[in-house]
Amino acid sequence: MLMTALPDRVSVGSATLEILRKGRGQPLLFLHSGHGIDPSDAFLESLASKYRVIAPAHPGFGSSDLPAGITSVDDLAYFYLDFLEHEDLRDAILVGASFGGWLAAELAIKGTGRFSKLILLDPVGAKFGDREHREIKEILNTPIDDLPATLFSDPQEGVKKFGDLDFPAMQEAEVTRFARNRESFLLFGWAHALFNPKLASRLHRIRMPSLVVWGEDDRVVSPAYGRAYAKAIPGAEFESIPRAGHYGYMEQPAAYAAATLKFLSR
Amino acid sequence: MEVWQFCEQSMHPAWSRIQGPTKVTIPNELCDPIVANELYNRYLDEWMLGDELGYNIFVNEHHASANCMSVSCTLTLSILARQTQKARLLSLGVPIANRTDPYRVAEELAMIDVISKGRLEVGLVKASPFELSMSNQSPARIMDRYWEAHDLIVKAFTSREPFSWEGEFYQYRNVNLWPRPYQQPMPPMWITASSAANGRKIAELGYVCATFFNGKGTKVLFDAYRDQYLKTHGRVAPPTRLAYLGMMVTGHNEAEVAERVAKMQVYLDVQPRTPKEWTNPPGYESIEGNVKALQAGKKGGRLNFGLPPNPTMEQMIDGGIFFAGTPDQIYNQIKKFSDSVGGLDHLLVLSQAGDLSHAETVDSLTLFAKEVMPRLKELKSNHEVTPMAAE
Repeated sequence: MLMTALPDRVSVGSATLEILRKGRGQPLLFLHSGHGIDPSDAFLESLASKYRVIAPAHPGFGSSDLPAGITSVDDLAYFYLDFLEHEDLRDAILVGASFGGWLAAELAIKGTGRFSKLILLDPVGAKFGDREHREIKEILNTPIDDLPATLFSDPQEGVKKFGDLDFPAMQEAEVTRFARNRESFLLFGWAHALFNPKLASRLHRIRMPSLVVWGEDDRVVSPAYGRAYAKAIPGAEFESIPRAGHYGYMEQPAAYAAATLKFLSR
Repeated sequence: MEVWQFCEQSMHPAWSRIQGPTKVTIPNELCDPIVANELYNRYLDEWMLGDELGYNIFVNEHHASANCMSVSCTLTLSILARQTQKARLLSLGVPIANRTDPYRVAEELAMIDVISKGRLEVGLVKASPFELSMSNQSPARIMDRYWEAHDLIVKAFTSREPFSWEGEFYQYRNVNLWPRPYQQPMPPMWITASSAANGRKIAELGYVCATFFNGKGTKVLFDAYRDQYLKTHGRVAPPTRLAYLGMMVTGHNEAEVAERVAKMQVYLDVQPRTPKEWTNPPGYESIEGNVKALQAGKKGGRLNFGLPPNPTMEQMIDGGIFFAGTPDQIYNQIKKFSDSVGGLDHLLVLSQAGDLSHAETVDSLTLFAKEVMPRLKELKSNHEVTPMAAE
């Protein structure tokens, strides 16, 4: 489930992060959504069959430290620039989901030269529409019991990922992970509401093969928003997956992995 | 003991048409401006009467709420600063972590203090969680923002030179308060709390600590405040530092009291009704607090008042939520509550709520002022209002 500890640790500067490392081969950095990583995630498991998956819990998430001064997505992106150097990642694949997709886009526009391919899974972070319509559903303060139906096509899948939402039955450390994830997600996503107003006009700077994957039942950001996202990235491909919600890679891991692996194999 | 007359300036005639939340999402179609005009003026009239009767005055603010049409403490107080003569004027409070411009807050408060000839008392509050939906300020780090705004306001009140401010949340090239406060170096300061830890923080600052509808939790808070005050300042907390808010209504006989309580009691149902996503947004409470609540099986915000559903009058009185009775009864209730918390310096009374009419409110306030207030004043004889040093 999403509140289970990740097995490894890594220290970057003054911060120690929880991290999941799995597989061998070309490095693949996975940036997680606002609700963390399930260490037994089936999508990551599939990617690890061919690639060296590196999946840290962001600063402030899970039990990862939140160093003083990291209060925005821009700060997080700069933190990950340090992380890339620390891991000395080269010719790496960058994958980000939801909030992590936003973060991946922020990294990709910076032109680090360390990434060779980009895959965004139902990302947020860009604003395409007008000032009087929200394109990204409010998920920072969603009532806890409503999270599964908001984030998943099949709420039951979500309930499982969130440990049946049975907090009294969980370890204190797991409940703390859940509470920290929610608070840090809100800290980074609050205003503007899950987007950087500058990002849309910067996406043209992404100069690597890119794939945007979308859940057809995404209730947070619509497939139309996803197509606008793909269109803003030069040459990006777009693929939609049936019976998948905003966290589609968690509920249709095989389909998301197949689309990803097919794109990477070319 | 000083008594402070409070009213939320509600749009109560709309309540019967509202199912579910009474704030944030309710359409303003339900806020008839003709009715609002009558009510605003009625509530101001009641405060002006209170001024004549010997009450001090306490105002608040909320936003997008059928329970409180006051959108700004300073707007309401600026009217009362001119229209009242004697009452102390308490803003409790300005939700400074929701304000983008604390310099402006200091300016407005200072102007009220000067116009009222030094009758202002400054309360600065964290604000209810749902207010963040309107201010659009982040629930995360709300208290960091609060304390930076507080520090800036105190410096603006007390500095006699222009200064610049380059903080994390607020930046100013030039802060220069005109007018400066009438009370030197600054008006008495108030902060609200419900937990002992927050009470200690307020004691360290030497400010007045107020708590709302805290019932049985009040003693722990007040004891912590007194203990910390002694430790920090090396002297016993002066009898001007601890305040409690409850509902209050009196009447000439028990039947009249019961009728008035029934009209006000609807407030206890209406006031807490909040869209569930705004009862406790992440960041508003501490991680530790949220973990404890989740482990206890609570997924929403904290419940107000700590009362059972549909409480009886006895339960409300026993819980310290409502002071209701004939003058003798109500005096005894207040005395008992005060004794149970180790002494109370300021009694804040919500003396109009729900469907209590203007005539009933006036009668209750008048009866209380004549029959109860003189006896309460004797409970603490050495109450003095002194301008507050920046401690």
